[in-house]
Amino acid sequence: MRTKRDVYLDYSASTPVDPRVMEAMMPYFSDVFGNPSSSHRYGREADRAIEDSRETVAAILNCRPLEIIFTSGGSESDNLALRGAAWRARKQGKPAKLITSPVEHSAVSSTVRQMGALMDFETQVVPVDRYGLIDPAAFGEACASGGAVASVIYANNELGSINDLLALSRIARSNDILLHTDAVQAGGQLTLDVQQLGVDMLSLSAHKFYGPKGVGILYLRDGIELAPTQTGGGHEAGRRAGTHNTPFIVGLAAALQLAHTESDDRNARFRFLRDSIIDAILQRVPAAELSGHPQRRLPSHASFVLNGIDANALLMHLDMNGVAVSSGSACLTGNPEPAETLLAAGYTVEQAKSGLRLSVGISTTEDEIEYALDVLVEAVGKLSRLRREPAP
Amino acid sequence: MSRSDTRVVVAMSGGVDSSVAAALMVRAGYDVVGMMMRLWTDDALGGAEHNRCCTPEQMSDARRIADKLGIPFYVLDSKDIFRSTVVQYFIDQHRDGYTPNPCLECNRHIRFDWLLNNALALDADYLATGHYARISRNSTGGWDLRRGLDAAKDQSYVLSVMEQSQLARAKFPVGEYHKHEVRELAEELGLNVAGKKDSQDLCFLGDSDYRDFLRLHAPDVMAPGPIVNAKGDLLGQHQGLANYTIGQRKGLGISANEPLYVLAMNPYKNALVVGARDQLGRDRLIAENANWVSGAPPARNFRADVKIRYRANAQPAAIEVIDQHRFSVIFDEPQRDITPGQAAVIYQGDVCLGGGVIAKFAEAEFSSGRVALAAAKSRRLSSQADCVWE
Repeated sequence: MRTKRDVYLDYSASTPVDPRVMEAMMPYFSDVFGNPSSSHRYGREADRAIEDSRETVAAILNCRPLEIIFTSGGSESDNLALRGAAWRARKQGKPAKLITSPVEHSAVSSTVRQMGALMDFETQVVPVDRYGLIDPAAFGEACASGGAVASVIYANNELGSINDLLALSRIARSNDILLHTDAVQAGGQLTLDVQQLGVDMLSLSAHKFYGPKGVGILYLRDGIELAPTQTGGGHEAGRRAGTHNTPFIVGLAAALQLAHTESDDRNARFRFLRDSIIDAILQRVPAAELSGHPQRRLPSHASFVLNGIDANALLMHLDMNGVAVSSGSACLTGNPEPAETLLAAGYTVEQAKSGLRLSVGISTTEDEIEYALDVLVEAVGKLSRLRREPAP
Repeated sequence: MSRSDTRVVVAMSGGVDSSVAAALMVRAGYDVVGMMMRLWTDDALGGAEHNRCCTPEQMSDARRIADKLGIPFYVLDSKDIFRSTVVQYFIDQHRDGYTPNPCLECNRHIRFDWLLNNALALDADYLATGHYARISRNSTGGWDLRRGLDAAKDQSYVLSVMEQSQLARAKFPVGEYHKHEVRELAEELGLNVAGKKDSQDLCFLGDSDYRDFLRLHAPDVMAPGPIVNAKGDLLGQHQGLANYTIGQRKGLGISANEPLYVLAMNPYKNALVVGARDQLGRDRLIAENANWVSGAPPARNFRADVKIRYRANAQPAAIEVIDQHRFSVIFDEPQRDITPGQAAVIYQGDVCLGGGVIAKFAEAEFSSGRVALAAAKSRRLSSQADCVWE
């Protein structure tokens, strides 16, 4: 019998804090504890750490430090980008339409939905293809009728597919529409060079690249004014109120720097592991088909639909054997909605409850993958044999 | 096989009984896994928070308790199969003029089939639930289903649908205890549920009662019709047969010299039959869709105690097996509220032999003008069942 072991293959959900990042953060809990807004020495020391971090991040994003806003994470950054831009446009009497795709992270989709429902903003959802990628022609049509801001996910969390942001940003700009991207999944793996991507706003979250949870950034192109969503003191140039979380901001910058420096090695390793997962599953699990784009996908991300399998039941079997992965409709309540992303990409309701995502990380080994796949193959076999209809 | 190598899945609801069941299994040294079924989400009633069985609160209670017990906990999406078996059955039975008890169908199709199979697929050896009932080996090597030790809490009635293969895989840890002991155990174990109220109504009804539920999900079931006496005289109009139960006095909305009781429902004419108290009661019934826990009845004719509702006391009666699926019961004393659709469950001592669903009274009984006394004919009529019940 197989010995049970613990295998984490859900790095797209979250990553552990890198010990080097932790080390960088430690002094800022008790030693350098001052309020960065204070003018005394304690404040100045903390402020220096914040501004050093801002410069580090700005260098990696190829932008000016002023263009970086520290936030509490990806969701806040997405909210600030969309609400801030839309309210600003409305105030200025400009067309305040929000354009988005049907496969956005809920931090974007729920925000847009609420702004449509409660605040009467016009919203438009541009369809995606089988891989969850937005069609530039359809995007162009949506932009042609004007709008305040478009938000398109950089790399999809469920399907791993990577949108062509440069092409989309050209379209948006020519229609005088701001382009925001949720780059939370892309952070630490894909280029974040905002000049190369052409985006006006970009959200990142540290815990996806071995930094702490509860801290993120919004890149905001210079010259764009946002109505802040969190008001208070004049922090972050009046764009985001609240005392800075110095250790977390330091941690974000340290983690992003490490990811940037080590990106070639990491990505090569991720791709190798990812492809071995994809090959093995397609070969050993007849019910499986790859979801998301076969080439244009995140290096760490493998996703499938397992026809006829209840993904949440599968997760239970895997967890019993120590293997942690994710389903598109991940759900603690046993009331899974079919994954909207899969539905939007043209899968059936049944298939949309059968999504499976395995994502690798810097400490993933081939050994672990082999174990996880053995467990997975066995569990799929058991669930396939399980009668799903009542006895006649 | 040692206990630590024996895996037990416990069906947890977040309530006292199933929480203590899980704790007892952990204490006994088994490899325990907690599982909760998501049975129903009534979007029409406003979503998850309106379900009594699986509210976010109960789910988080169950999760916390599992965590406290140090066992894994999972929620199994069971909505589709619950809808297609239990809820549909509930509606269909009402539509056909029965007063169903869906808990028995739930145990038949959901707990001891769907959930049990899911547990077995997870390499479990047993499925434990928080029912007050007991299982023991009998002299022939089979499994007896017995009443719970706490007579007031006994739930063997709703388990009377179980078969040997299911009993062999089931455990009812709290069946060996009195309710007050279970509450004390919960307190002792630090389970934060000791003071919780027992669940009373059907789990999928939410805050509404079954009438609101039917109005929403099967409005056709609630069609008004005539209220008549046993002679067939029109006395008033009822608001849909499903609104009434046999023996009911209040809420009929008709004035008469003497108090009137619901004697029967005539689904053939959508009529509610009422009469005086002394007309209430019949001494026999036919039960269909019989299940014998041991696999077979003890004899063709035998004496036993029969329970006609979950909350009724078992009453002495003579049982005759009609065929593989049906049996008749003749009570020593007339019973006031024999209700088609409820289960007639047979006991000898504390052993539950099985049961069946109380059949509708034949239409001839309604036109005979002698509802109460016509019961005597029901046995004879049952042989012509097919033509009477079409």
